[in-house]
Amino acid sequence: MEKFQTLHSPAVPLPIEEVDTDQIIPARFLKATTREGFGDNLFRDWRYQNDDTPKPDFVLNNPAYTGKILVAGRNFGCGSSREHAAWALYDYGFRAVVSSFFADIFRGNALNNGLLPVQVSEDFLHDIFSAIEQDPQATFTIDLEQQQFTIDATGQSTGFEIDAYKKHCLLNGQDDIDFLLSIKDKIETYEQQRQAAAV
Amino acid sequence: MAKTLFDKIWDNHLVSQVGEDTQVLYIDRHFIHEVTSPQAFAGLEKRGIPVFRPQQTVATADHNVPTKDQHLPIREELSRFQVDKLTENCEKFGVELYGLGHPYQGIVHVIGPELGITQPGMTIVCGDSHTSTHGAFGCIAFGIGTSQVEQTLATQCVLQRKPKRMRISVDGELQPGVTAKDIILYIIAQLTASGGTGHFVEYAGSAIRALSMEGRMTICNMSIEMGARGGMIAPDDTTFQYIKGREFAPKGADFDAAVERWSQLYTDEDATFDQEYHFRAEDIEPMITYGTNPGMGIGISQSVPEVPAGNVTFENSLKYMGLQGGQAMKGQKINHVFIGSCTNSRIEDLRAVAAFVKGRKKADHVNVMVVPGSKQVEAQAKAEGLHDILTAAGFDFREPGCSACLGMNEDKVPAGEYCVSTSNRNFEGRQGPGARTILASPLMAAATAIYGELVDVRELLNQN
Repeated sequence: MEKFQTLHSPAVPLPIEEVDTDQIIPARFLKATTREGFGDNLFRDWRYQNDDTPKPDFVLNNPAYTGKILVAGRNFGCGSSREHAAWALYDYGFRAVVSSFFADIFRGNALNNGLLPVQVSEDFLHDIFSAIEQDPQATFTIDLEQQQFTIDATGQSTGFEIDAYKKHCLLNGQDDIDFLLSIKDKIETYEQQRQAAAV
Repeated sequence: MAKTLFDKIWDNHLVSQVGEDTQVLYIDRHFIHEVTSPQAFAGLEKRGIPVFRPQQTVATADHNVPTKDQHLPIREELSRFQVDKLTENCEKFGVELYGLGHPYQGIVHVIGPELGITQPGMTIVCGDSHTSTHGAFGCIAFGIGTSQVEQTLATQCVLQRKPKRMRISVDGELQPGVTAKDIILYIIAQLTASGGTGHFVEYAGSAIRALSMEGRMTICNMSIEMGARGGMIAPDDTTFQYIKGREFAPKGADFDAAVERWSQLYTDEDATFDQEYHFRAEDIEPMITYGTNPGMGIGISQSVPEVPAGNVTFENSLKYMGLQGGQAMKGQKINHVFIGSCTNSRIEDLRAVAAFVKGRKKADHVNVMVVPGSKQVEAQAKAEGLHDILTAAGFDFREPGCSACLGMNEDKVPAGEYCVSTSNRNFEGRQGPGARTILASPLMAAATAIYGELVDVRELLNQN
């Protein structure tokens, strides 16, 4: 996993609530057996017509908006547990998603892939959308170490929560499996104790 | 100290604490399927490590399989490759596979319970959000992403933040024509599609206790649709009788010892929850959804809510569904009915449908697809004559798989058309690009198939 320390970037606005993982990547595009390439079909049915031509009114097809941060309405990533949703966002080029509320499984999947979920208040989310509305190329700074999200133009800043262990993993580019493999003796001890208790 | 059912099982599986929030949880059973496992196996190969406890993992092919002619090679190349990859991985890593053609094949959350693999007190994971189904047996069961599938294969553990506890009690007696599916659609409509986020739910109360195991599975299955990590129901005699005699259930004296152990799995009287909700069974009508998330549900006698001022998401949702605020749903013409999915494809579901349909024919303009949850359900439906009743009614009875619940294979609903579906998600495009899904119970789906429009099944039952 790539390290995540600070990110300075414009953001892409998606002011829609309840964006489910079927919208992020529809099931018919889950047939690949590798992690790469899902970005091509990110938001497929919102982004393209049935004949594969881009829908001009969808934000990813609007060249005014670019950047590594996606800003979306509450309950982002609800629904299916497909990690392909996190892979698709990452593969497209996003490194952080900002929302006022994340679904649990999506949040975990994102963290496991170096994609930072940043949860802010409903009011602050509104301020971010306003900043982008005023200037589509407005930049934002995410400082993971300090757990701070800043609207650069106004200097407005907010803290965000992240599990201490996951923060450590992201800052150092480590994944959970490295950690779990390192405590295998503990896992085996647990198994033996349980077996002994069951007899 | 008084403990909840959830805490008892969680604490019993705690291997280690990592920092303040994160814990290492031991996993008793791991189910895998073709869609969310290939990248996990690839990860193991890259690291050059084996599956740590292969006998605790069971595989099946369900999400991306055709529901016709399963004895023939899969025609679509990518799907065939993905299913073949599962077979190859299971052989290489020594994992038991109930693949296409095997008498135990089926939807992963149908076969676990029906084979007796799912047992009270276990921790169960699967790379599928409807893993919550297994909670009906008094398990901690939840869906995970592929990175966690890899963790489980590699170490039989997952790193997890302990969720908060929620209890939802439903007391009283259901009206005739109201089923487990209506209970859960009602609960989700009350709590919204995010009302359970961060929580693990225990369902309790006399109306839940009165349900069969299959009804309880339907309830727990949809816990994720309100954002909850999982749902569970304390095991009781209904649970033990269901498990008894199943293929992988303990036998003889072992079974008796297990029942004694399982009988300790309940929430202590003084235990507390972070959130509690109480509902009355009498308040629940046959439910349907009108929007594009499972929280957008109403009783069949009610009208579509008006769009709250300035709510773009809600407005988009009704526009997608082709519906207006204030309109009645009863009488809405329907062209497709899908009976299947891990929510409602078990034998009791098919019995309920067949009992309603017997001696009748589907409306001419409706396509009806029935997809049994497993090869065993399919075989039993044939043995009981349900298959004949459904076929005579003009229903298309198919072979097991996830099918039109997620539209990953060729079973799709055409753009712009309405489908009354016994599945679990009415998201945009879930059943195919542009498809308009209305979630309902198997009984409501059966009635829709016969009448060709949304009807209040209670009025029809009164006529009989």
